[in-house]
Amino acid sequence: MMEKYCITVLDEDMTWGFSEICTICRVDHELVFEMVNEGVLTPEGPSPETWRFDAMAIKRIQVTCRLQHDLGVNLPGAALALDLLDELEELRSRLRQMT
Amino acid sequence: MEYKDYYKTLNVAKDASAEEIKRAYRRLARKYHPDVSKDKDAEARFKEINEAYEVLKDEEKRKAYDSFGANWKAGQDFRPPPDWEERFRSGGFSTGGASTHQFSDFFESLFGGGRGRQAPEGFSFFDQGFQDIGRDLHAQISISLEDSYFGAKKTITLNRTVDEGGGRISVQPQSLQVTIPKGVIEGQQIRLEGQGEAGAARGMAHGNLFLEIVFLPHPVFTVVKRDIYLTLPVTPWEAALGATIAVPTLGGKVDLKLPANSQNGQKLRLKGRGLCSKYQIGNQYVTLAVHVPEARTAEQKELYRRMAQLMPFNPRSGLGG
Repeated sequence: MMEKYCITVLDEDMTWGFSEICTICRVDHELVFEMVNEGVLTPEGPSPETWRFDAMAIKRIQVTCRLQHDLGVNLPGAALALDLLDELEELRSRLRQMT
Repeated sequence: MEYKDYYKTLNVAKDASAEEIKRAYRRLARKYHPDVSKDKDAEARFKEINEAYEVLKDEEKRKAYDSFGANWKAGQDFRPPPDWEERFRSGGFSTGGASTHQFSDFFESLFGGGRGRQAPEGFSFFDQGFQDIGRDLHAQISISLEDSYFGAKKTITLNRTVDEGGGRISVQPQSLQVTIPKGVIEGQQIRLEGQGEAGAARGMAHGNLFLEIVFLPHPVFTVVKRDIYLTLPVTPWEAALGATIAVPTLGGKVDLKLPANSQNGQKLRLKGRGLCSKYQIGNQYVTLAVHVPEARTAEQKELYRRMAQLMPFNPRSGLGG
C-alpha cells in the first residue's frame, strides 16, 4: 500500500496569508474577516494584506463552521464556545498533571 | 438489520410535539457535538441523534416510521414491510438540509441515502467558489507518545461516501496508510492532500483529509504540548547525598544526575527528551517524589532518632510554628 499523497503537519512553524487560509478551510473571505473582527482570530500583521494566521486559526475556523452548521449558533456564540472550550482543555490538562 | 428507536434516541415520548422533539434534539446535539464533548462515543451518539431528528422532524417520515407500530424495541431484527415501497416511497423522500454524517442501514433502507455533512442551502460561508472540489473530511487519529517520539505508520479505516452512479450513494470502508511525522503533538492536524471525498462529477479533484492528533493515555508519562512529565520516586539518601539514576524517557533510559540536597517536588529538566519536530524542541521534566522508608525494627527507629539529633530542622517554620 504505497502513499501517493502529500502529508503536511499544520504545526507551529507554519503560517498562512488571508487568501491561503480561506482556501485551506474552504470558507468565504467574509467569515475570516468577521472572525478577526470578533476577536476569534488574532493574526499577526496590521492589515488583511499582511495578515499571517497560525495552525490554531485553521482549527478555530473549522470548529466555528461545524458549530454554526450543526448547532445553528451565530458567530458571537461560536466565539464564546471556542473560548470556553480552550479554557476547558486547559483545566483538563492541569487536572491530568495533578492526578 | 437492527430496528432503531428514534424516540428513545432523543429521549422523548412517542406523542411528543414537534417543538418538544426540536428542543430535545437541540439539547442533545449540543451535549454530544464532537467538537464539544470528550465522551468517547460522542461522534456515534451525535450521528444517532441527527438521524433520529431527520426522521422525527419531518411529518411525512415520522408518520411512515410510526406506521411500524409501538412494539418494536431498539436492536430487534427488522425488515421493512413488503408493501413499504408502494405505501411510502413511491414519491420518494427528500433527505438533506441539516443532515450530517452518514446514516444507518435502517435509515437508508427506509428513506434512501443521506449524504454526509453537506453545505446546507442558503448557508453563506461554506465552500463558496470551491464546488469543483470534493468535500474535505475530518477525523481524529489516536496515537501513543512513542508514535510521536519516533514517528510511525498507521493504517486507518475511513467510511467514504461513494457515488455508484444512477443517483445511488453508498458508504464504503476504505483503509489508508498514514505516516505520522516525528514530533506531532495533541490537537495538531495532519492534512492529507486529495484524501477527502471525490468531487460531485467525474474528473473533479478530491477534497483533503484532516486528521487531528489525539494521544492515548500513557502508563508512565504525562504530556503538556511538547514536554513530557514524569514523577520519579527517590530515597531520602539519594535526595540528600546526590545520585545518578537511570530514568525512563520515551527514547529509553538515560542517566539523571541528582544533585546533593535535592528536595521533594523539585523539578529537573532533561533537555530535548520531549517531543521534538524538525524545528521545535520538547523537554522531559522529572519531578522528584521522596519516599520515606518505614522504621520497623529497633535499629531502624534508633537511626531516625539519631537523624533527629544530628539534623534538627523544622519543615513547618513557614507556617509560623
